[in-house]
Amino acid sequence: MDALATLDVEAFTDYLARHERKSLLRFLTCGSVDDGKSTLIGRLLYDTKLLFEDQLKSLERDSRKHGTVGEDIDFALLVDGLEAEREQGITIDVAYRFFATDRRKFIVADTPGHEQYTRNMATGASSSDLAVILVDARHGILTQTRRHSFIVSLLGIRHVVLAVNKIDLVDYSREVFDRIVAEYREFAAGFGFTTFQPIPLSARFGDNVLDRGPKLGWYEGPTLVEHLETVNVEDDLLGRPFRLPVQWVNRPNLDFRGFAGTIATGRIRPGDRIAVAKSGRTSTVRAIVTYDGDKDEAVAGEAVTLTLNDEIDISRGDVLTSAESRPEVSDQFAAHLIWMSDDQLLPGRQYSIKLGTKTVSGQVTEIKHKIDVNSFQKLAAKTLSLNEVAQVNVALSEPIAFDAYADNKDTGAFIVIDRLSNLTVGAGMVDFGLRRASNIHWQALDVTKESRASMKGQKAAIVWFTGLSGSGKSTIANLVEKKLHSLGRHTYILDGDNVRHGLNKDLGFTDADRVENIRRVAETAKLFVDAGLIVLVSFISPFRSERRLARDLVGEGEFIEVFVDTPLEVAESRDPKGLYKKAREGKIANFTGISSPYEVPENPEIRLDTTSASAEEMAERIVAYLDSNDYVI
Amino acid sequence: MSPLSLGTLGRHAKVTALSSDRLTHLRRLEAESIHIIREVAAEFRNPVMLYSIGKDSSVMLHLAMKAFYPSKPPFPLLHVDTTWKFREMIRFRDETARRLGLDLIVHTNQEGVAQGITPFTHGSSAYTNVMKTDALKAALTKYGFDAAFGGARRDEEKSRAKERIFSFRTETHAWDPKNQRPELWRLYNARVKPGESIRVFPLSNWTELDIWQYILAEDIPIVPLYFADYRPVVERDGMLIMVDDDRIPLKPGETPEQKLIRFRTLGCYPLTAAVESPATTLPEIVREMLLARTSERAGRLIDHDDSASMEKKKREGYF
Repeated sequence: MDALATLDVEAFTDYLARHERKSLLRFLTCGSVDDGKSTLIGRLLYDTKLLFEDQLKSLERDSRKHGTVGEDIDFALLVDGLEAEREQGITIDVAYRFFATDRRKFIVADTPGHEQYTRNMATGASSSDLAVILVDARHGILTQTRRHSFIVSLLGIRHVVLAVNKIDLVDYSREVFDRIVAEYREFAAGFGFTTFQPIPLSARFGDNVLDRGPKLGWYEGPTLVEHLETVNVEDDLLGRPFRLPVQWVNRPNLDFRGFAGTIATGRIRPGDRIAVAKSGRTSTVRAIVTYDGDKDEAVAGEAVTLTLNDEIDISRGDVLTSAESRPEVSDQFAAHLIWMSDDQLLPGRQYSIKLGTKTVSGQVTEIKHKIDVNSFQKLAAKTLSLNEVAQVNVALSEPIAFDAYADNKDTGAFIVIDRLSNLTVGAGMVDFGLRRASNIHWQALDVTKESRASMKGQKAAIVWFTGLSGSGKSTIANLVEKKLHSLGRHTYILDGDNVRHGLNKDLGFTDADRVENIRRVAETAKLFVDAGLIVLVSFISPFRSERRLARDLVGEGEFIEVFVDTPLEVAESRDPKGLYKKAREGKIANFTGISSPYEVPENPEIRLDTTSASAEEMAERIVAYLDSNDYVI
Repeated sequence: MSPLSLGTLGRHAKVTALSSDRLTHLRRLEAESIHIIREVAAEFRNPVMLYSIGKDSSVMLHLAMKAFYPSKPPFPLLHVDTTWKFREMIRFRDETARRLGLDLIVHTNQEGVAQGITPFTHGSSAYTNVMKTDALKAALTKYGFDAAFGGARRDEEKSRAKERIFSFRTETHAWDPKNQRPELWRLYNARVKPGESIRVFPLSNWTELDIWQYILAEDIPIVPLYFADYRPVVERDGMLIMVDDDRIPLKPGETPEQKLIRFRTLGCYPLTAAVESPATTLPEIVREMLLARTSERAGRLIDHDDSASMEKKKREGYF
């Protein structure tokens, strides 16, 4: 303190200028409260003189009230900010701490370690360059150590410190330390860490935190702070291809059109050629506009506004990219997904997906496997629960630009938002793009769908009848089949009720079962299409997401959505099966139209208004459609 | 806070030179804040920036000017005026809005004024509730704002350390600390239903020192009360309270004294303690701050009740 007080203003201004040039390191700490994580952070703040008098006083007061270390100051109380945490002695949420040394400024994401807080750990890891993984020297590598390391690796962190804490409680033993480090190296070998620094320390007594531990003379490496100050975590973001997800189009007047966003990777100069990833249109950079004047160059991490030399169509959600090295553009990709909601992930359900600055609707089409975060084993799964991790395929409502997460965190990470609750329910990392063709055509066969269909004088397709119960779907589908049969065409009908009696008799009416029900019907229909048939599916299918799932399974033009549009009161007055009556009496739950919504098709190929024509006339219309669109040759 | 290990001042000769490509911590913080501010403008229907006239607000406003240059920020400023702010603050506020050409909405809880609620008559807690928290909630509801920027920082206080950058509020403006949306990468979830809103904190990752250094580096105007001058004060419960106008009831025998003082934080003048200081320039202020051993909010009377008091206030809708 004296050193600072004696500096004259000029020397002090110098000192500030140096401080201004510091770099920033963001890291997370993982470990449970028993490992002494909060104590370690409290110690870091204390040793780097970040505690003020009033905070110390409040800490001493709280230590007497809730503390667990007798007369000493309980550093853990300093960082467990929320009331519930102080009472229960656990760290529930991610907290952010700040400290600095002469060399660097640090932002610490302090994350809880229990398995039920996997999502919080992932949250902290998403913005960190380095992880400090704590273990208790007395217990060594535990299941949770493996879990923490896995999540850290999953989120793409390449720099790890293994802090072997409470080394004082094992007599500062080198053997214990070496054994723990050897065991760690073995299981973490495949995690792709670029730097790995094991450090023996005692957070409680401050050994090897800022200063060396007097009883750890055998340890020759850096102290924790020394390592954090000097470790090189530069990820070569500047050396990668230019990417700028457009956040906002800046149009103050007719003469200025700028594209504002943060540069994810690479660098840009006026005159550089860029492309719009999705449209493929190219232009050159006219200027890099900032409040402080135009710049000669901007680099990864800077928030800038670009103007271009050509008028091309660009809006929020577009990615400006180097013209030479472009991101993938597709509506499907494979990804790792962390589920963060109490409500399970349902494959086939529509969610909002935000990737970069683009938000689209999309669904998980397939869970390849989930991964046990403790044993790293791959397990089969139909759904995902809170804190579970899986490898999945994702299909979007439209193609978007993205990179693999390993190449670019900003253009390879996405969040999943529930469309009803608006909650963030998942976080994902793109592995690679998928193309529709490669997805469907998994085995090359000599006799193809086309050859089978053409032998029958037709083009195979699904005709999907959707509408309320009692709207007339089955009646019309039966008439269509009769007409096609008399024309010598090959057809098959899949009816909701019939399928429920056989193929799907193990399924109930929960959300997961409903989605599975539709999936099986759609997959079966797809097989019949492959056999060259015209498949008539008669299914209430009230949700757009379900119909979308079926449509996505087959190729372009192979799905004909027929909306049998009958007003509720008409369907209810018909009530052929007496179901509406029961539903009104409350005897059937989730009945479409009564206690569960029917989402009207937005763009059906055919819409039938059943109040204005007979079933016969409507069946005729469908046959005419099939004829004029070359399904019947 | 003072993020310097003061005992090691002699070591800076060894500070490694940074390549010119690498962004300094201040430039990284600046870029992060601009990114956040732009996301809000792009995703929300009707955002507003809470402008409290203090140094953090000055920095936040400066960042907003940068984010949309050469356009103006596409949202208005909102000041909740308790009628007890320092007169110099109000002058500075009006001058700033005029200078930058921005829309400024000033909202006062007229009901509270009519009921005669003052910090002297009703105590700091009730007064803050009515004139600040209630007034803020009423203003947000009145104008239907679906997002409101605030200048709070995570280093200010423990419960703030756990708050998201996009912090969800229910229709009644309440904050539920145990049920916050996960927030990963730079992907902010801006989805709200009608009536719900998001408080957005673009300065979350800044420390007090960062703020001062940025003001210095960018030459950002701040209220003159931050600089030392001779001002009339009275001493109450060990705190120096400035006599900004004649509404402060003087106790028997109490006479205002001219002292060389300044403020580390600004709010309602009866609730904001001054410090005696000779610091009249920014470097002097920063040096003084680094040497200080009392944290910033200690100058505010509302945090003293108990150590969890801020969390309670925030749950109820305080910024």
